[in-house]
Amino acid sequence: MNLTDFQIIYDERETIYQGIEATLSLVFISGVVSVFVGLVLTPLFFSKVSWLRKAVEWLCSAMRCSPFLLFVYVIYFGLPSYGINFDKYTSGLVALIVYHSAYMAIILRSAWVDIPADILEAGTAYGFRGAAMIRRIIGPLLLMRSIPMVGNQWIQIIKDSAYLGIISVVDITAAFNSIQSIYFNPFVCFIVAGLMYWLLCLLIEFIVNGVAHYARERIA
Amino acid sequence: MNAIANPKPATTDTVLRVQGISKSFGDNHVLKDISFDMQKGEVVSLLGPSGCGKSTLLRCINWLEEPDAGHIRLNSERMGYAGSGAKMNDTQLSQMRSRIGMVFQHFALWPHMTVLENVMASPVHVQKRDRKEVENEARAVLKRVGLEDKMDMLPSRLSGGQKQRVGIARALAMKPEILLFDEPTSALDPMLVGEVLEVMRDLAADGATMVIVTHEMKFARQVSSRIIFMDSGHIIENRSPEDFFDHPQTDKAKTFLHSVQYK
Repeated sequence: MNLTDFQIIYDERETIYQGIEATLSLVFISGVVSVFVGLVLTPLFFSKVSWLRKAVEWLCSAMRCSPFLLFVYVIYFGLPSYGINFDKYTSGLVALIVYHSAYMAIILRSAWVDIPADILEAGTAYGFRGAAMIRRIIGPLLLMRSIPMVGNQWIQIIKDSAYLGIISVVDITAAFNSIQSIYFNPFVCFIVAGLMYWLLCLLIEFIVNGVAHYARERIA
Repeated sequence: MNAIANPKPATTDTVLRVQGISKSFGDNHVLKDISFDMQKGEVVSLLGPSGCGKSTLLRCINWLEEPDAGHIRLNSERMGYAGSGAKMNDTQLSQMRSRIGMVFQHFALWPHMTVLENVMASPVHVQKRDRKEVENEARAVLKRVGLEDKMDMLPSRLSGGQKQRVGIARALAMKPEILLFDEPTSALDPMLVGEVLEVMRDLAADGATMVIVTHEMKFARQVSSRIIFMDSGHIIENRSPEDFFDHPQTDKAKTFLHSVQYK
């Protein structure tokens, strides 16, 4: 390892910016969207309609028990045979969103079960129900009570996004991989890539801690 | 038992009419054929040993528990069933419930809302009343329970007594036709019980119609217009506080008053 290795990385910064942009946008979009999809799926776990309940249970179970890489293959290589074609970036994004929405739903469900029963009962007694109950009472409590778990899942999304190089999405990992394959400096390349992921995770932790602090005295 | 069942036809002043309510959980018959009426401005204390069904009765009144048999009528409208006799849908039920104020043993405030938001939530989002008007009323109600300086605080910052006064303010803000209190002081430090009872006394004096499940015997005697004493799912005494406390008729009531060391 010497200074020229870093010089090479600096000279290849255009590729790296491209990778950073892809990773950040994938992580940000799928991180936010999966929480919202999770919020939509979670009430279905408690639905009175049994096939809806079963459907969401099966979906979450299937996602939780399949390797992310395999799921990416299904989306990118499998769906086109049924006429569904996404470009590689969209495939990666869809895979991240669907896969992690299932995890978010599971996380939010356990937070829901954990809300003290009398708080929800007070909602019922005061006339809240359905969408208003979820929007005004259950939703905010769910989100605030599950912040640490959601933060964990965001970090998982960051790491899973690195798999997408396999379908030629140029993310941070793929960008550095292409540089090292030209200049034969794998150690420095992958260490720098690793530091970038670490920084991103620190940023997530910083945000999560801030929100958790806000939530602490609001969750009963 | 005739003296206990509804002795007179309901009048226009009858706020609550409970007729033949029964409720079981599995093999456990918690309520057996409960009937009583309440007139406007009446304060009824529900007394009895724990497990006698008084909390379940309270929860049946606002349909948090659906009774197996019997009728509940709030100002002559039947709870849980629409005019046609069909079961109420969720919207009708929630509108019906918002006419009843309930105060919970463990406060059950919404922890993510400030004191003011707790009080305004149901009038604004369920009753769909004008926000500005509701806010003015909510501030007035909070002032009435002595919390005008706590309006923007979160419940987690309040003492138990303050929380329960918010609970009462939340109920009052809906302009309920009747107030239900489920052991409102049981979870409080003895030091804090007084401030809550004082608010309730003030409400009673002001003519609110109230059903109170309580273990505060002295308070029940002072504030109630009637005592309903329950045992094993039956009402076994339904009389004035003086009659009940000074001359209990049943052995169960005598034993109960002895065990709570009344007198």
